[in-house]
Amino acid sequence: MIDPTAVRPAATPPTGRAPRPEPLLLHFAFGLLFGVVLVKSEAVSWFRIQEMFRFQSFHMYGILGSGVVTASALIALSRRLGLQTAEGGEMRIEQRTWQPHANALGGLTFGLGWGLLGACPGPIYALLGSGVTVMVVALASALLGAWTYGQLKPRLPH
Amino acid sequence: MSALFDSLSQPWPWYVAGPSIGLLVALLLLATGKGFGVSSSFQHICAAAFPARAEYFRYDWRRTGLWNLMFVVGMLAGGFLTGVWLANPEPVAISEATRDALAGLGIRDFEGLVPDDLIGWAGLATLPGFVAVVIGGFLVGFGARWAGGCTSGHAITGLAGLQKASLVAVIGFFAGGLIVTHLVLPVLLR
Repeated sequence: MIDPTAVRPAATPPTGRAPRPEPLLLHFAFGLLFGVVLVKSEAVSWFRIQEMFRFQSFHMYGILGSGVVTASALIALSRRLGLQTAEGGEMRIEQRTWQPHANALGGLTFGLGWGLLGACPGPIYALLGSGVTVMVVALASALLGAWTYGQLKPRLPH
Repeated sequence: MSALFDSLSQPWPWYVAGPSIGLLVALLLLATGKGFGVSSSFQHICAAAFPARAEYFRYDWRRTGLWNLMFVVGMLAGGFLTGVWLANPEPVAISEATRDALAGLGIRDFEGLVPDDLIGWAGLATLPGFVAVVIGGFLVGFGARWAGGCTSGHAITGLAGLQKASLVAVIGFFAGGLIVTHLVLPVLLR
């Protein structure tokens, strides 16, 4: 007897994957761990950023440098092992748009802000969570900055 | 248990923190397919909360941005967890030279992660504090979106992918930071 339920369904037409619901708790957990590392390493500290821009300690350069090398090596290793992302994609860092004027001038603008505030976007969130409540003002300003950029974008060099 | 707690309360050296961040970048890509970055959350929050006619905010933020918003909510929680239970009671152990230079600029408060007299509610009413927090925050948000990423997206993820755009952006980050540290702060804090 042939079990009719054992008949394999016809292959679905190649319309691409159905979008998978986002694993939101997982994203929360990754953010949480990143926040812990940023605070525990003092990368969120205005003092450490000042020390970095004065070239008076290796600490921040060590964090950034070893972070880059580790990420790069692990991604290269997972490609060699033939691993794919959970969504079946290639283990590869997404190409960032090459916009020389925007990268350079936006970078310079960001750097001026980083030097003043002593915190980049990740530390703004982590510091706010850790109890440096004035960062809510910095966050509101950063949102206003991003909003203003969105309005001016067509008129800025990219 | 208390020995473990003590070691967790200590600041982590760079050779623990840096590789931990690199591991998180690779695991995030593997487990969720997402590219590590924080400043795009600014764009998603604007798109969700302050809709504008600008094309930059007209997209389905739930589909492309919800994951990133959960990520930054996680960062708030991570900061809370660390700040409340694992806080280091000692001042940040910056080098003697930095401490002297900052004291020379008039920084008095070396407790905690930030100098409260500059980066604090009381400081907001002063010109240096207003410039540091309000103008600094504005430039961080504006510049990060213009550059197409911040320290996490360009300096860590982009450089790990050997990307030209990220290298140029990071040179810009440092140029800006050096200008502020060596030319602006001595005038602003005098």
